[in-house]
Amino acid sequence: MKFLENIVHKMEPKFSKGGKLEKWNPVFESFATLAFTPSIVTKKGSHIRDGVDLKRTMITVIIALLPCLLFGIYNTGHWEMVAAAGDRSLPFWADQWDKIVAGLWVVLPMIVVSYGVGLTIEFIFGIMKGHALHEGFLVSGMLIPLIMPADVPLWMVGVSTAFAVIIGKEIFGGTGMNILNVALTARAFLFFAYPTSMSGDTVWMSGKEASVDGFTGSTALGDLASFMSDKPVFENIDVYTNNYSLMDSFLGFIPGSIGETSVFAVLIGAAILIWTGVGSFRIISSFFLGGYFMGLLLNGIGGNEYLELPAYFHLVIGGFAFGAVFMATDPVTAAQTATGKWIYGFLGGLIAILIRVLNPAYPEGVFLAILFMNVMAPIIDHYVVQSNIKRRLKRLKTA
Amino acid sequence: MSEVAEKTKAPSEPLFSKKNKKLVTDPLTDNNPITIQVLGICSALAITVQVEQAVVMSASVLFVLLFGNITISLLRNLIPSRIRIIVQLVVVASLVIIVNELLAAFLPDVSEKLSVFVGLIITNCIIMGRFEAFAMGNKVWPSAMDALGNSFGYAWILIVVAFFRELLGSGTIWGVQIFGSALPGEEWGLYTMGYVNNNMMILPPMALIIVGVIIWIQRSRNKALIEEH
Repeated sequence: MKFLENIVHKMEPKFSKGGKLEKWNPVFESFATLAFTPSIVTKKGSHIRDGVDLKRTMITVIIALLPCLLFGIYNTGHWEMVAAAGDRSLPFWADQWDKIVAGLWVVLPMIVVSYGVGLTIEFIFGIMKGHALHEGFLVSGMLIPLIMPADVPLWMVGVSTAFAVIIGKEIFGGTGMNILNVALTARAFLFFAYPTSMSGDTVWMSGKEASVDGFTGSTALGDLASFMSDKPVFENIDVYTNNYSLMDSFLGFIPGSIGETSVFAVLIGAAILIWTGVGSFRIISSFFLGGYFMGLLLNGIGGNEYLELPAYFHLVIGGFAFGAVFMATDPVTAAQTATGKWIYGFLGGLIAILIRVLNPAYPEGVFLAILFMNVMAPIIDHYVVQSNIKRRLKRLKTA
Repeated sequence: MSEVAEKTKAPSEPLFSKKNKKLVTDPLTDNNPITIQVLGICSALAITVQVEQAVVMSASVLFVLLFGNITISLLRNLIPSRIRIIVQLVVVASLVIIVNELLAAFLPDVSEKLSVFVGLIITNCIIMGRFEAFAMGNKVWPSAMDALGNSFGYAWILIVVAFFRELLGSGTIWGVQIFGSALPGEEWGLYTMGYVNNNMMILPPMALIIVGVIIWIQRSRNKALIEEH
């Protein structure tokens, strides 16, 4: 460590003001502070509540994402084997090492591409604007691979990451200024730009080319959505639950985007986020509440098997839980007021299930719902603040 | 229509004086009708899927605006100010009908693709804006210059947006395949390597995003354009 520290100290004058490589200071600083605490101290009076800075917040989220990531790697490997064998009854806990290796081959390149493209753009903008590098992309870069289908081409991951970082974030002024969640912007871009690689039956398991004829790589949501059409995949809901039981859906033994399938892993992450205070429990719980409420409402309407699907089922399939815990809670794009967070989360969950069930073109509505609520968040906050002002004014007048 | 009508006074002004040149060059950059005044956005979103449509649309707008501005400028002292909007509408409507008939006769394919958007030139804010803000208060020559400047300012934005949308959305420019062909069975070029056309480029929101990027570049080059809040 001492050796590294010496190198950093030796290089410092070159990068500081007046030095030869002054322009590259943001790059130097971000690497140096990654390893060592900077020697700069606050000179005037400061108001410290906690030592939490952006870097620590982001690292906390990354730690919370680890269960999802690890499970996602295994699950991707599992479904690749299923697709190759053409047999869905393959036992989940077998050939562990092969599955981990297969999963790593799919997930690792995606993570490398996502971080590589995103950080390069952040560096370029950091140098252009002459500000220190923002850590905001640390989380987005991890989230992006986790919400991709396993079979998506790497160049598409790169293009959508570039789009999300430039158009979704840098154009508004960088980290903390974005209106929309960056990772979801990447997903939405992919969804609309390359629909054949983002939806349908063939993209959720990698290595489909080698698979057996007649085997469909459909997901729980895709099969459920077919209940809304004339030709459902399953005759009724009991046959469906035989294929995707509640327990399997909860633990994540189902195909889907890489990191989203296991609600159990997501809940571990949620516990970390809530315990450290990084994620808002208001948003998470109201998001689930909203989804459950919409599920009950659809049960009340009834009419076909999908509408009558028990409401709790909606919460464990697809990316609902992942979206609620890791996407909706993004502190930049979510509502800021306490009451606003309840409204924001509740409406988000509500709309997610609404889109998912009632619009057959979008089997998964969570990302659209959260993006929509991102746009609405400032309005919600505005009215919450206004009503608070009104209430207090009234009290002042009556007193 | 924020501009106040400028009066030209000196009768002996040369045809290509500094002022007249400015009338043409200003709308190209610092006073662009689309990116600065944010007028005529609807057509910029609707007909920029292909370069050909954008060029034909720009030519139509050029024709209507040029002859409209000249006509209004000639009539400006005869038009009672209370009914001036109606007179302007009559002028622009007759010109648009001429354009529409010409397109239907000589370019039926493009005319079909542009469909109602040729007719909607009547409601294009740029045209009424120039009539009201410039032609009503200026002589014929400056009005013609102003029409040229504004329609070229409109045209280059349209063509740039259409260029990117057609290239990335369909892989072609003016119908010519640039990246190869994606036809099943006879693929060639980039498509054999797994390249896929970007479907989002075909959707109207992408036009808005490209216009936004142009505005971004324009304002970061000329800081004077950034509004204060």
